[in-house]
Amino acid sequence: MEAVLSSFDEYLKAFALTIGLFLVSGLLSLIWGTILAVFRVGPVAILNKAAAVYVTLFRNTPLLMIFIFMAIAMPVLGYNFTFVEDWEIAGYNVSAFFVRSTIALTLYTSAFVCEAVRSGVNAVPLGQAEAGRAIGLTFAQSMKLVVLPQAMRAVIPPMTSVQIALVKNTSVAAAFGMAEAVATMRALTNNNADQRTGIFLAFAIGYIIIVEVVSLSSHAIERKVKVAR
Amino acid sequence: MSASILFDAPGPKTVARHRVYSVISLLALSGLVAFAVWTLYDRGQLEYELWEPFVSPAYIEYILIDGLLETLKMAFFSIIFAVVFGLVFGVAKLSDHAVVRWPAWLVVEFFRAVPVLLLMVFAFFLLSIGSGPLSSFWCVVISLTLYNGSVLAEVFRAGINAVPIGQSEAAYAIGMRKSQVMASVLLPQAVKIMLPAIISQMVVALKDTSLGYYILAPGLTAVGKPIYLEFRNQVPTAIVITALYVAVNLVLTLIATMVQKRLVGEKKELFVPMVGEVRSERNAPIA
Repeated sequence: MEAVLSSFDEYLKAFALTIGLFLVSGLLSLIWGTILAVFRVGPVAILNKAAAVYVTLFRNTPLLMIFIFMAIAMPVLGYNFTFVEDWEIAGYNVSAFFVRSTIALTLYTSAFVCEAVRSGVNAVPLGQAEAGRAIGLTFAQSMKLVVLPQAMRAVIPPMTSVQIALVKNTSVAAAFGMAEAVATMRALTNNNADQRTGIFLAFAIGYIIIVEVVSLSSHAIERKVKVAR
Repeated sequence: MSASILFDAPGPKTVARHRVYSVISLLALSGLVAFAVWTLYDRGQLEYELWEPFVSPAYIEYILIDGLLETLKMAFFSIIFAVVFGLVFGVAKLSDHAVVRWPAWLVVEFFRAVPVLLLMVFAFFLLSIGSGPLSSFWCVVISLTLYNGSVLAEVFRAGINAVPIGQSEAAYAIGMRKSQVMASVLLPQAVKIMLPAIISQMVVALKDTSLGYYILAPGLTAVGKPIYLEFRNQVPTAIVITALYVAVNLVLTLIATMVQKRLVGEKKELFVPMVGEVRSERNAPIA
């Protein structure tokens, strides 16, 4: 524990990076995953198949391999993303490592987001959409007014699981040059081998706090949007 | 059509519009694929020398035996131990004795909330580095057992709760003891519900063995590195190794689907959330 306390700002910085990775790739994966889900339930057969292939491929690939693609294979093809290092956002420079990790996490998590959204849409009872059509709503209206509001509620629990998995998956970035929580924990343990249990617990607690915050906020949202059935 | 819930049967105008969408998306997708292949070609990644190791027997043997077999062994041991761990802790979480229930709850929640990689690094430093008693192979197995075991504990708990309450009431009514009810009434019925979830957890375990890369454990990801360092064929290596992972996982998923059809019918999969439920135990929605 002492080792963590003496370098507490490093600990906080590491978790700030973990949270940063989570927020950016979480948001991007929600967007990209929802687009994929629209393809998946939409009427265009080809997009349907393409999204299904994407989901199968990325769901069955270990995240580490996607990281290897982004960090080791893509630079060979000429995509090393170093151009982002000239950008400056709110006084911070963006690192190419961060961009690569975010892309890898987004590509991977989107597949799961897509499945969660799709299962939410499928969870809406058939009669709802039929009733919508029966009273003369167009497709867009029945989606907007009838199906999606119910689907969104059904999506919250599986989506929370996906996002919590993402919090934990950001740790894979440690193997590819990001000084986030696990990499920092490894470096600290390397220098203070006698305090390894304390260091492990300190970092575990950090993760548990993040996971609990995500899960409690999802429960709060769920309670807020709950309707009597 | 799978999405028939959402659409009326399209009329002639809509059919025509959908045809236009299809053509556009087909063009966009083939453009994307063509661009990817062209990039590979342009960067010389389709040269025969770069792919040669994957058609020469010595390297195939190296990849399959030192890579795939080690990965499968790690996954196999982790799953076996995880099922035992999950069974013990899942039943303990349902115990009537608070002394048993709360520690089990703590252990399960702890290992479910902590990243596997953090566990692996800790196990590596605790048991393997320097003159530790275990190889990094077993550190991977231990961490995966703890993580997947905790997830399976939740699966077991949810599965046992999903058995209709009349079953256990009937068993108590004919005078069975608690352990008898669990062993001969609840568990046999619960296993049927849980089997698909257990098999999909196997896919998760298999994918997570790749994380051993960070603690120098053997496996498919580990055999890739010497190959691409020697032949400088990063892209082909990544493609081949990924294809192997995907193939093995697809086989596992196929088995899961078959088992689900055979034992559960077309019922929905058991939904197990990633962290503890705030809702009450019995009424927990098991979709």
